[in-house]
Amino acid sequence: MTDVELRTADPPSADEMEVAWRRVQLARHAQRPRMLDLVPHIFDDFVELHGDRAFGDDAALVGGPALLAGRAVMVIGHQKGTDTESNILRNFGSPHPEGFRKAQRLMRLADKLGLPIVTFLDTAGAFPGPAAEERGQAEAIASSIKLMTGLQVPIVVVVLGEGGSGGALAIGVGDIVLALENAVYAVISPEGASAILWRSKDEARTAAAAMRMTAADQVSLGVVDAIVPEPGEGAHTDHVATARALKAALLEALGSLSGVGTAALLSRRYARLRGMGAYLETGAPSSRPPEAPSLRRRLGRILHLPGVPRRRWSEVWPSDGADEQSEGGV
Amino acid sequence: MPIKFPFSRRSAPTNTWTKCPACDAQVFNRQLERTMRVCPSCGHHFRMSVGERIDLLIDRNTFEERDAGLEAVDRLGFVDDKPYADRLEAARIKTGLRDAVVWGTGRIDGQRVAIGIFDFRFMGGSMGAVVGEKLARCFETALAERIPAIVISASGGARMQEGTLSLMQLAKTTAPLERLDAAGVPFIAVLTDPTTGGVLASFASLGDVIIAEPKALIGFAGARVASGTVGEELPEGFQSAEFLLQHGFVDLVVPRAELRTTLSRVLQLLPVAPAADVTTEDERAWSPIGALSGFAERLGGAVSETIGIDVDADAATDGNGTGRQPATTGAAEQEERG
Repeated sequence: MTDVELRTADPPSADEMEVAWRRVQLARHAQRPRMLDLVPHIFDDFVELHGDRAFGDDAALVGGPALLAGRAVMVIGHQKGTDTESNILRNFGSPHPEGFRKAQRLMRLADKLGLPIVTFLDTAGAFPGPAAEERGQAEAIASSIKLMTGLQVPIVVVVLGEGGSGGALAIGVGDIVLALENAVYAVISPEGASAILWRSKDEARTAAAAMRMTAADQVSLGVVDAIVPEPGEGAHTDHVATARALKAALLEALGSLSGVGTAALLSRRYARLRGMGAYLETGAPSSRPPEAPSLRRRLGRILHLPGVPRRRWSEVWPSDGADEQSEGGV
Repeated sequence: MPIKFPFSRRSAPTNTWTKCPACDAQVFNRQLERTMRVCPSCGHHFRMSVGERIDLLIDRNTFEERDAGLEAVDRLGFVDDKPYADRLEAARIKTGLRDAVVWGTGRIDGQRVAIGIFDFRFMGGSMGAVVGEKLARCFETALAERIPAIVISASGGARMQEGTLSLMQLAKTTAPLERLDAAGVPFIAVLTDPTTGGVLASFASLGDVIIAEPKALIGFAGARVASGTVGEELPEGFQSAEFLLQHGFVDLVVPRAELRTTLSRVLQLLPVAPAADVTTEDERAWSPIGALSGFAERLGGAVSETIGIDVDADAATDGNGTGRQPATTGAAEQEERG
């Protein structure tokens, strides 16, 4: 990543803003196919499994073994609802910790039996409520990510609708990452970015474009490997055609991974993750606290004489004593 | 010629007092320095800069910074109120740091470690590609040199201005931890105020031991967002270090004055595992117990040979499942033990 595309991009044009916002709307479309809408048309059989064996069963994250062209795989993904009632049941596709822990259980099972893993990302994000905090939402995401980095089976990830930050990445660490044409992937929702960075409720469109969240942008950033085209106006117009396109893409991706030995698979996955992000190596020297060679300075230091600097790291990077507001983190 | 004053003209800021946000007391800055930036009235732990953390934790003259020259790139061409490039520049001028993390090697009570430290003053300690790269290299060095890894976190989370490249840092910093597990190298996570978002949802929650500072804000979502989802008051001490301890997500809540000692003790109690390719035989031979037990075995063997007794007559079978016969002649025993 450091060699490629280090040139700073220009801020998005008006056209790009238009396209980005349209794609966000399509990714969130009420009739866009959910994972369970597509599963019967991609897989020959599927048994949904339940529970995290510790707390409960999260309806926002579903999974189980399936047959893809006769071959057993483990399928896992976020599941939004399709109307008010089902959305409440599914918590709008935002998992609690027990959802991610169920995913971990299923992934361990896949690892045990040598089943390739296919995941579908479609969430606004991990649920941010207090109960989720109490049950360790951050730990659940972190341990899911860590588990995926070491699984000894091929993993193919499909960004289906919204790739909502950590809640998506928790089941989104893959050897190959595909995305539907109108899918989006972001570290924070455009509304969240608008509130925090623009300090306004009305800059979601600007934020969406600035974050380069479209599938095409994600390919140029190296986060997504390939785009799966959607039928007509979008996937919502034809679930079956969308499923067919996804099936073909999955078969190709899994096919390309099937010959790879475990050691090579793991080292490729590591290298892929390791290469994410753009930075410069300026070769600037390390900092050191100031030297004190002279006797006067050494005595001055011991006797705390005025005007003699102490050899401390806190003087290399001095604190101005003020606590700061957060400016950029989520 | 400038007049020399009898008192010290420090390069410190002109405000000599700091107001404690927890108890409103005015604290003299020099006193705050002596108390390791802990309020002497109420014990509120102020945030620390990277330099202050190094002085607090690392043995004098042992810290060597690594990868100091890594710099962020505005890969997205991100402009909110200000261009990202401008924000970076402002942060560099304000703090003297190149980015929000400094990493290097050093010693804590003589024990060598690879340590990464966040500075919240640099863009809220947010994690972008440079922070991720430094931490990944810190973990990889711990792995290669077989020394414990420590990360002192202080962060608002992933850096929004780098988009999903920041999100991917969660995976990039977590992947090496799998390798540390396999290699038997411990990782200690220290969570300071605040540790939130994508940083908490990656390496910070994955320490073999997780230590938090008292009353540190540690949480995934912002508190306002959290309470908005339920439309009601949050529980007492929500997202504090003590709350996490109660709910099972940190090991220890340690006051700053005891942090260095605690780290030193934990490092001694959870040392790096012996490297896998050292044979048990060699290990035993060189340790005092090993030498003694080796000698005792040989002595016992010599005695039993001499007097013709098989000292293992009680054991019904040996490893192969065949019965061991009581000894008859010394020669036969020697052959069996072979």
